[in-house]
Amino acid sequence: MEESAASSDLVRSGDIRATARLISMVEREDPSRLAALKALHAYVGNAHVVGITGPPGAGKSTLTDKIVSRLREQGRRVAVLAVDPSSPFTGGAILGDRIRMQRHATDDGVFIRSLATRGHLGGLSRAVSEASRVLDAAGYDFVIIETVGVGQSEVDIVRIADTVVLVSVPGLGDDIQAIKAGVMEIGDVFCVNKADKDGAERVVREIRSMLETAVLNGATTRFTPLYEARAALTRLDGGRASGGDRAPGAPSAAEGAAHHLAAAVPGHPNLEIPPVVATVAESGQGIHDLVDEILSHEASLVATGFLRSRREENLAWELGRGAAERVLSALEHDGRKESMSDLARAVLDKKIDYYDALETLERALTRS
Amino acid sequence: MNDNDAIKKGLEAYEAGAEKSISKFPERKPAFATGSNSPVKRLYTPLDGAARDYLRDVSFPGEYPYTRGVQNTMYRGRFWTMRQYAGFSTAEESNKRYKFLLAQGTTGLSVAFDLPTQIGYDSDHALSQGEVGKVGVAIDSLADMEILFDGIPLDKVSTSMTINAPASVLLAMYIAVAEKQGVSPDRLEGTIQNDILKEYVARGTYIFPPEPSMRLITDIFAYCSRNVPNWNTISISGYHIREAGSTASQEVAFTIADGIAYVDAAVKAGLDVDAFAPRLSFFFNAHNDLFEEVAKFRAARRVWAKVMKERFGAKSAKSMSLRFHTQTGGSTLTAQQPDNNIVRVAIQALAAVLGGTQSLHTNSKDEALALPTEDSVRIALRTQQIIAYESGATETIDPLAGSYYVESMTDRIQAEAEAYIKTIDDMGGAVKAIERGYVQQEIQDAAYSYQMDIESGERVVVGMNKFQVKEAPPKGLLRVDPIVGEQQSAKLAALRAKRDNARVDAGLAALKKAAEGDDNLMPHILEAVRAYATLGEICDVLRAVFGEYQQKVIL
Amino acid sequence: MERKIRVLVAKPGLDGHDRGAKVIARALRDAGMEVIYTGLRQTPEQIVSAAVQEDVDVVAMSILSGAHNHLFPRVMDLLREKGVDDVLVIGGGVIPDDDIPGLKAAGIAGVFTPGTPTTETIEFIKNNLKRGD
Ligand SMILES: Nc1nc2c(ncn2[C@@H]2O[C@H](COP(=O)(O)OP(=O)(O)OP(=O)(O)O)[C@@H](O)[C@H]2O)c(=O)[nH]1
Ligand SMILES: [Mg+2]
Repeated sequence: MEESAASSDLVRSGDIRATARLISMVEREDPSRLAALKALHAYVGNAHVVGITGPPGAGKSTLTDKIVSRLREQGRRVAVLAVDPSSPFTGGAILGDRIRMQRHATDDGVFIRSLATRGHLGGLSRAVSEASRVLDAAGYDFVIIETVGVGQSEVDIVRIADTVVLVSVPGLGDDIQAIKAGVMEIGDVFCVNKADKDGAERVVREIRSMLETAVLNGATTRFTPLYEARAALTRLDGGRASGGDRAPGAPSAAEGAAHHLAAAVPGHPNLEIPPVVATVAESGQGIHDLVDEILSHEASLVATGFLRSRREENLAWELGRGAAERVLSALEHDGRKESMSDLARAVLDKKIDYYDALETLERALTRS
Repeated sequence: MNDNDAIKKGLEAYEAGAEKSISKFPERKPAFATGSNSPVKRLYTPLDGAARDYLRDVSFPGEYPYTRGVQNTMYRGRFWTMRQYAGFSTAEESNKRYKFLLAQGTTGLSVAFDLPTQIGYDSDHALSQGEVGKVGVAIDSLADMEILFDGIPLDKVSTSMTINAPASVLLAMYIAVAEKQGVSPDRLEGTIQNDILKEYVARGTYIFPPEPSMRLITDIFAYCSRNVPNWNTISISGYHIREAGSTASQEVAFTIADGIAYVDAAVKAGLDVDAFAPRLSFFFNAHNDLFEEVAKFRAARRVWAKVMKERFGAKSAKSMSLRFHTQTGGSTLTAQQPDNNIVRVAIQALAAVLGGTQSLHTNSKDEALALPTEDSVRIALRTQQIIAYESGATETIDPLAGSYYVESMTDRIQAEAEAYIKTIDDMGGAVKAIERGYVQQEIQDAAYSYQMDIESGERVVVGMNKFQVKEAPPKGLLRVDPIVGEQQSAKLAALRAKRDNARVDAGLAALKKAAEGDDNLMPHILEAVRAYATLGEICDVLRAVFGEYQQKVIL
Repeated sequence: MERKIRVLVAKPGLDGHDRGAKVIARALRDAGMEVIYTGLRQTPEQIVSAAVQEDVDVVAMSILSGAHNHLFPRVMDLLREKGVDDVLVIGGGVIPDDDIPGLKAAGIAGVFTPGTPTTETIEFIKNNLKRGD
């Protein structure tokens, strides 16, 4: 316990080694991390968490590198969590995202950490959210999480990030299809990278028109309620929304909104869609705009109070998942005879039915 | 019954007989393969060349498609250039080594530069620490280059310089030294490597991104075709691709794909193919599989000739003929029992000669350990001389032509290389394929499986994974005094104090302006060099305008 | 959860020959380790910062240019400056035998010269980790 207290103090004082080690404990689900995480709890909540996701090779790491530079120019301290898959066969991994960001290695205001998925997707979002809290408590103003978007991970990142940047690139063909298939709703800022390649403008247009269609059809998206609240706020105080406790230097919500956030749907001045920014990460083109959009999304979340409700929602989800994990591990590790596979066998053998099995488990829980 | 049918019957009978003995005495292994892991049959016969047309595909030396060689007399006219790559420490030290080599009978110089020079940093740059003079000679300015060639008349030697990203600057320095010796540029002979594409995939000494790099290269083509007509403006290199772990076919394929990209760029820049293509040269590796390597060289000539004629409409024979330098394979040398390397080098050198090389560097036995000593350099050179004067391999042209095995392997390598080139074309050419990481991935996969074959013992490396002995550490290795870095830095400080700094600044400003526009950069670089601007200063100007390349890592 | 071995594979100095570094990176991955690959031209400062942030168990460096006597000890010095003493540091490349005692004295635990099988490096790492649980 004492060691954890010392470790959490060190983390809070910005000690890089202590921070890195606590993240390692988080990664390997070391039970002794909990004391340190508890001790850090009071200091969590100041960092803005940005998720960057998109298909493999879309330029996410290159974008992250450039976003970090831009935020550093503005004097912000930035941490990056770069997630790459582990090999399902050997459990090993080559974590290559860092290569693109190595020039920040010696900058004290930047912390970069590569994480491997280690074969458990659910567990990954736990590890990432815990690691992100550690970095938050360590005093980084931004925590950027890079994950490869292959289905589940895009959705997972929504549970952790305040702002989700969805990256697409021209020339992927079915990329757009993938976006259509359900991740559309989760983006707060859309980025079309590799705008130096043919077809980038078309991708921008397609994303815009898909977003417009979604909005016109009344689809449930992450952004619509925010835009409505922001519009209401702007009407209320005549365009001079107070920015709440936003970070110094960030534009106020109304300023941000007026300038950047969202574009009206043609013919429907009251309906808005999120910004779609074209970038060339390699040369840095469009990065200022992208960072401005991220900052103005942050400002709007703060001004409208949506930041709190979004975090509330995420936390509730995390609690639910955490509870489920605990129940499961209680059932598995409590030295009880009723192991899952015994029950499964009994169900298969028609000795009991599925619901009998569940009830047995439930009883086991209440007995403990 | 025609000939082929008779042979087919005979072959069937032979195979049946062979299978019978194998059932009693199995062969050494279930499957046989070349050094590059291509399957090898028990026997090759005339049937393997049934589709080959002698006049169309093989033809005569000095004639399209140059399968048998690029000159009509080859080594009966004169031997290849025996060119030993050398350079280390300071210009003074290297100058001594060159004079030693010339006295021993080398016929051309080959300059190795240290890494800071290759990457465009002066010796006093922070990143140069520990690297100055290590893998080659440190050159910071024209002053060093004057010392490097002191007492060596530049109209009498041909000089090859292994320099890529800053090739223009080193070439400009060479021209400026010649001017001081009273030798006009049109009398200079030699080669600059100047092949940036393979730096991105295999060798790593890049500076600028592909686009401005290609411009620097085409500027050199244009400048030299007018002013330094006997200079080989590029040495399109498969050597390092092979060192990075590629197969023989990949070596041919990726090198020629790079060549296509350079020709494309030059043609797009408005140059006439036959004005610059005769000065393009190549650089290949020679590994241990003697016959496969010979076939590789023959196939490379044929593939290039076809590309130049059919794709680029070249008219001049010189544009179509692939002239190449060979170096024996550094990665085949072992640190264990280094004397064995002498034998490997001899086999590899023989492959290069049987393959019709125009010049040759033979590695020294101790190169897996350190820079070569004078003694080991002498043995390496003697190896070439023994092949030239004693082996008889030079007395007739392309002696392995007509070997059923070698001809069929020549066809196979050609086909494999052309398939790769087609794939690369479909991606939009070599530059695009490199940007996508395709070429890197192919090479690394080959490198990894090569290594795994060695570790499993499937591939035997004598002295390393078989026939090992306990050995004492080798003695007498050459070391570069770490003081060299300080010496170079002191020289630089003195130079910066002494030179006409106003002239330097004017030269650099003019260069910057040219780089931002689209003037040919060579005259501007030459002017800055004459003013004793340093290599680092010149490259910094270009870095500011062009940006720097970020490595594309594929794992 | 089992302890994963994390390895930083880096090429300090200016040489661009990364065949060996890449082969070892793959081999370590195939041996179940997590490899953070940092690419070419890394300064000792960059390597050490990355090692600390990534909290690696091992730093593996490869140099073929002959600059090892300068760069390897520099990495060790910087690690020490940061108070890092539980990271296993190994080096590979064209390194003359005469240089090995000096490098070992500087703290490079294992020096691997050309021809070393990847399995040997893997075994060495597994047997010489400076920390465990
Ligand atoms: N042409 C072009 N290439 C780019 C751009 N941005 C990144 N790239 C290149 O795309 C490749 C992949 O970039 P990364 O940043 O590694 O992409 P990533 O999405 O992080 O990749 P993973 O993490 O492997 O999924 C690299 O070769 C980059 O140089 C761009 O704007 N234009
Ligand atoms: Mg990435």
